[in-house]
Amino acid sequence: MHLAYPAVLAALLFCTGLYGVLARRNAILVLMSVELMLNAVNLNLVAFDVWLRDTLHAGQALTLFVIAIAAAEIGIGLAIVLMVYRNRGTSDIDRLRDTAEGADTPGGAGPDATGAAPAQKAEATA
Amino acid sequence: MSLAAHGFLSPSGVEIAFLLVGLVTFGAALVTVTTKQLVHAALWLVVTLGGLAVEYLLLTAEFIAWVQVLIYLGSVVVLLLFGLMLTKAPVGRSPDADSGNRPVALAVAVAAAVSLVWVVVDAFRTTWIDLDGPAQGSTEVTGHFLFRNWVLPFEALSVLLLAALVGAIVLSRKRATATRNSRSGKEQR
Repeated sequence: MHLAYPAVLAALLFCTGLYGVLARRNAILVLMSVELMLNAVNLNLVAFDVWLRDTLHAGQALTLFVIAIAAAEIGIGLAIVLMVYRNRGTSDIDRLRDTAEGADTPGGAGPDATGAAPAQKAEATA
Repeated sequence: MSLAAHGFLSPSGVEIAFLLVGLVTFGAALVTVTTKQLVHAALWLVVTLGGLAVEYLLLTAEFIAWVQVLIYLGSVVVLLLFGLMLTKAPVGRSPDADSGNRPVALAVAVAAAVSLVWVVVDAFRTTWIDLDGPAQGSTEVTGHFLFRNWVLPFEALSVLLLAALVGAIVLSRKRATATRNSRSGKEQR
């Protein structure tokens, strides 16, 4: 098989995931796009491992490790998203701007922080 | 490897299958990142990951293909669907699924895709994978290299999985003080 096929497919999938990470607003959709990027890297690893006929099969071993680490990452990421949703009532990453620097956020209180203020206070005292 | 035996204009059957499945995979990935319905995005992700599993099979990495089916299709997508439902994602079309920096994201992604594809095609234009011979990723081969050469990283990975498990439980558990505070906060409102 021509090596360019899997390499080009992996590059295209990676860029699709890149677009998703940058353009999506919901945090869970961003996590899905991160999964796409990880899978593109996995395809590259498998293709180059099969091409090079590595005796240690480092590419396939690394692919298995990446799959396991991605499973751990999605678990932790979803736990964080759920905690943010429980505290703030939203999982839109555009609206989580407490640490953003800007002229419209004096003292870290954004224009949309009014609704989330009690929850933040509860989190601070917990 | 003799270059005369291969050609762009006479693709082999494996290449045609890889190309077709790759088109389906890429199309499903595009729908995943562009659809306005959040649950549909998760379901199209299933198509993408399944297509990638078929690509692994075509590259003779059987064990990784089935691990992909088990872990990604079996657990990750279910986790994502649970996450969507627990955050009360709208079932129908949500017009604000994409953020405001969509044109910038599109420009960055297209530029990255063009440059990456150009570099990759230029670099591997005359390179062929030799898929003949015994499968390089069968379960027997995978067991040999994993437990002969990669035992220590494997064990370290199990510790990492345990840590992630404990971390996820700690993060998603409702703390008693936090629930009491949020309950009093609701009563004040």
